[in-house]
This record gives sequence, C-alpha cells and structure tokens, in this order.
Amino acid sequence: MQNSIALKQKLRLKQKDKIISLLIKLVLVCIAIVTIYPFVWMFFTSFKLESDVVKFPPTILPSKFVLKAYVDIWKKIPFISYYKNSIIFASGVTIISLLFDSMSGYSFARLKFKGKNILFVAVLCTLMIPFHVTMIPLFVEITRMGLLNSYAGLIIPRASNAFGIFMMRQFFITLPKDLEEAARIDGCNEFKIYRSIMLPLCKPALISLGIFHFMYNWNDLLYPMLLTTTNEMRPIPAGLALFMGAHVIEYALLMAGACLALAPIIIAYVFAQRYFIRGIAMTGLKG
Amino acid sequence: MQLTSKGIRKFVNDQRRVGVFFVLPSLTVFSIFVFLPLVVTVIFSFFSIDLMGGNFKFTGLDNYAKLIGDSRFWNSLGNTFYYTFVSVPLQIILALLVTLAIERKTVFNAMLKSVYFLPAICSMTIISIIWTFILDNDIGILNYYLRQIGINAVAWLKEPAWAMPTVILVGVWKTFGFNMVIFLAGLQGIPIVYYEAAQIDGAGNIKQFFKITLPMLMPTLGFVAITSVINSFQVFDQVFVMTRGGPLFKTETTVQYVYSRAFEAYELGYASSIAEALFLIILICSIVMLKSLRKSEESF
Repeated sequence: MQNSIALKQKLRLKQKDKIISLLIKLVLVCIAIVTIYPFVWMFFTSFKLESDVVKFPPTILPSKFVLKAYVDIWKKIPFISYYKNSIIFASGVTIISLLFDSMSGYSFARLKFKGKNILFVAVLCTLMIPFHVTMIPLFVEITRMGLLNSYAGLIIPRASNAFGIFMMRQFFITLPKDLEEAARIDGCNEFKIYRSIMLPLCKPALISLGIFHFMYNWNDLLYPMLLTTTNEMRPIPAGLALFMGAHVIEYALLMAGACLALAPIIIAYVFAQRYFIRGIAMTGLKG
Repeated sequence: MQLTSKGIRKFVNDQRRVGVFFVLPSLTVFSIFVFLPLVVTVIFSFFSIDLMGGNFKFTGLDNYAKLIGDSRFWNSLGNTFYYTFVSVPLQIILALLVTLAIERKTVFNAMLKSVYFLPAICSMTIISIIWTFILDNDIGILNYYLRQIGINAVAWLKEPAWAMPTVILVGVWKTFGFNMVIFLAGLQGIPIVYYEAAQIDGAGNIKQFFKITLPMLMPTLGFVAITSVINSFQVFDQVFVMTRGGPLFKTETTVQYVYSRAFEAYELGYASSIAEALFLIILICSIVMLKSLRKSEESF
C-alpha cells in the first residue's frame, strides 16, 4: 500500500517533468520562429510587386511571384558597384590580414626576440580601443594620404587585427616544440619553418579567422561609410543604409538588396557552420 | 653578391631578426591607424578644426567647457546608458536561459542552436532595414498581427517613448545567439564529475545550477558582460538605420552624436572631445566591472 502510493507520486512527478520539458520545448520553438521570421519575410517580400507590398491586409506570401525587384535593383541603384566594393573590401582585408595576423601570431608564440612581451601587450591594448575614438584622426589621415574613397584606403587600416593575432598565437602555442627543432637541425631557415611546417598545420584556425574577417568587414557600416564619399565606392551596408535614408522607400527593392547582401554569409554559414561557431567560441575563451 | 646572399642566409636563420620582421607589418598598421589616431584625438579635442583638417585653432579646454553645457551630449549619454544597461542584462539572461535549455546534445537542440545563431552572423544594417519594415505602423506586418488579436499597436520607431525600447529589442534579438554560443562553449568546460558528485549528494537541478554551473561559468559570464557593455556603449548601426537618432533625439546615442558633429556639422575638434569623454566612460566602466569580477571569483 505504502509502496504503491510512493510509486504513484513518483509517476506523477515524472508526468510533471514531462509537461515542463514540453513547455520549455514550445517556448524554444517560439523563439526560433521569432528568430527566423524576419528572414522569411524578407525573402518573400523581395519577390513582390511594390503594389503588393503596401496592400492591405499584408500577407507574407506574394500574390504573384515576380523577379521585378531583382531586375530593378541593378538599374535604380548602383548595386553592382556596392557588391563589387563589398567583395573587394572584405576579401582584400581578409587575405592581407590572414597573412599579417598569422605571421605576428607565429612570431609571438614561437620565436624569441627582444621586446616581445611589451609588443604583445601593445597589440592586446588595441583590442580595448573603441573605433569611435580613432575614427576622426583616421579620416583625416586617410584624406591627407589621398586614399579617401579608394580601395587602398578601405583595406590598409584593416590590414592587421589584434584579435586575429591573439587567436593565431593561441593556436601556434599549442603545437609541439619538436616540430621546429627537428626542422632547424635539418637546416630549414625560419621562413621555411613558418611557410612549410607551421602554416599548413593551422588551416582550421585560418579558415575560422578568415570567415571572421570576411564577415566582419562585409557587415560593417560606420568604417566604410566614413572612408567612402561617392555612391560608386560604397560597400553594400553603407550603400543601402544611405539609399534608405535618402529616397522614397521602395520596399521590395530594398528587400531584394537585403537578400543579396545576406546571401553569401548565410550560404557559407549553412555549409561551414562549425567554422563560424568555432571562431566565435574562441573569442569567448580568451576571458 | 656572395656577401649579400650570406647576409640573407644569416638573416633567415636568425630567430631574433626574423621574429621582429614577422611582427613588423602588423605593428606598422597599428601604429599608424590605431595608436597615432588615439593620441591625435586627444590633441584634436583641444582645437577648433574644420572638416579636411585645415584651419587649426588652439582653444584649450573650450571644447570640454562646451561639452559640459551641451544638453544634446548629456541626452545622448543618457540614451547610451539606457541602451546599455537595459539591453546587456536582457541579452545575457535570454542567452543563459536558452543555453541551459538546449545544453543537451540532441538533433533538435542542434537545429535550434543553428537558428538562434543566424542573426549574429548577419549585418546589423541589413537586419535593421528588415525590422524597420516589419515594425512600420502602416504597412508593417507586426502591427497587423497585433491588431488582429486586439492589441492596439503603437508606431514603434516613431513614438518617443517606444523608440528606444524597440531599438533595444532588435539589438537583443540580434545578439543573444552570439552570447549563447560563448556560454555553450563555457558549459562544455565544466567537468561532468562535479554534477555526478552533486547527484550522489542528492542536490537538485536548481541547487546544482547555483552551486556548480553559475560559479564555474562566472569567468565566461563576466567576459561576456564586459564585452557586451563595451560594445553597447558604441551602439551605432541600428540607430543610424532605424531612427537616425529620432524621434526628438530619443534614440540618439553618443557615437551617433560624434558622427553627426564630425561628419555632418564638420566640427572635428568638438567631436573629438565628445569621443574622448565616451572613451573615458567606457574605460572606467570596464575597470570597475573587471575589478568586481575578480572579487566575485575570489569569493567563490
């Protein structure tokens, strides 16, 4: 008797647990819907006619799927320039920064030289400096150098990144010491050790960091907006933000632009999610 | 010829020289584009300068005196604090709850994780453009839904009292997945034996959370809190796109104000003093938070 009551109580408790976990799942799914909804809405709106966008009541699906916005966007705004600029700016920074970051990271991790510690602290200090404190002199500098509104002006100030150096250093430091000792005995010089032994080993770290650099610069607004003065030189975010501020808004057109702007990042995310997450998780681990 | 190639050979085999050579490109970039501007901002803040950096006039502390009497500056600072100290706790609490809920490795949880993280990789500018339309009072779909269920909707981004909370919610929507990923990585670092031991001692879920998870997660939590505060103090993109600081300056943040003083009103000197003031505040806040984090870690 006693036993069966206890058993019943246990069962009831289990049932309560089940209901709670079901409720939690429901909440989680609701959050997921709220997270994904704006993307779905953007996607479908980009296939609408302008008249379809403003009609009442609004619907999420277009009454007729049309590609008008995707045709118009190249004609009504210099979207092809925006896209080209974004690609050149983001990949330019990524390639150069990967080279410089990995060189510095390698040097700080594995080579012995005078003043290493102080220089490394100086690099870490740049992580603490907000962009808004340096942006006014940076703008004046780039203007004086005659680089305003040029790809060089956009890429050079971002040619190295303290976070990238830190991340590469943390990676290189974990590699076993015998690697380069053996290479040195075999007569490899320092450049060859870096190029032929160390660099191939850090491919995963380089991919994560490369994705991070590309994404960061592809998405950035304030920095490229300051350093470009004509519509033809602006990357996508700056171009679209200023277009939105200056014109009677064409919603379908802007949503097509948004789709095209997000596409490379989201496609890369679908295929290489772990590299995105690893890069971000690593930023957290440095704390 | 013989000599130079010997010189090169000596160089490439010398760790000390190669070491310096390898850090040289990065340090040159930082010196010219970070450290020099950092110093120059301080100098600029004592001058009156017009846009292209011409027409310097030393004005001493005039800019700072002007700053103290500038109600638009104080308003922007208030808005920045409002944004930071509402959005950071929301971001962290939501991220923490979600992390705990999807911690177990199942296919369902992995899918949720991918979805929650999606906004974090997207451009804040593009996200803000999308939300501006969804939140629009006339054609926006959100207010249409709300009216359908009988809620009298407001013009989210145009109502002075609602604009900032709306901007904050969009920020939280975008950022919580980012924090979640960091928390998940932090949770993985907690040895499972602690939980096993707690279970043997009969500690329940809630007790386990407060006695193991939370203290062990403290360094990660502190790191996320500090970086979130620093980032939120610099909030710009979503405000620039969604409200341009309006309505009635209710969402104008300090970086937005620096931008508008420097690049719309062309007062580089005065804008530099505003930038310096915000930098100082960020610095003080980070130091205070770091100190209290150290203290709380010691007390555990």
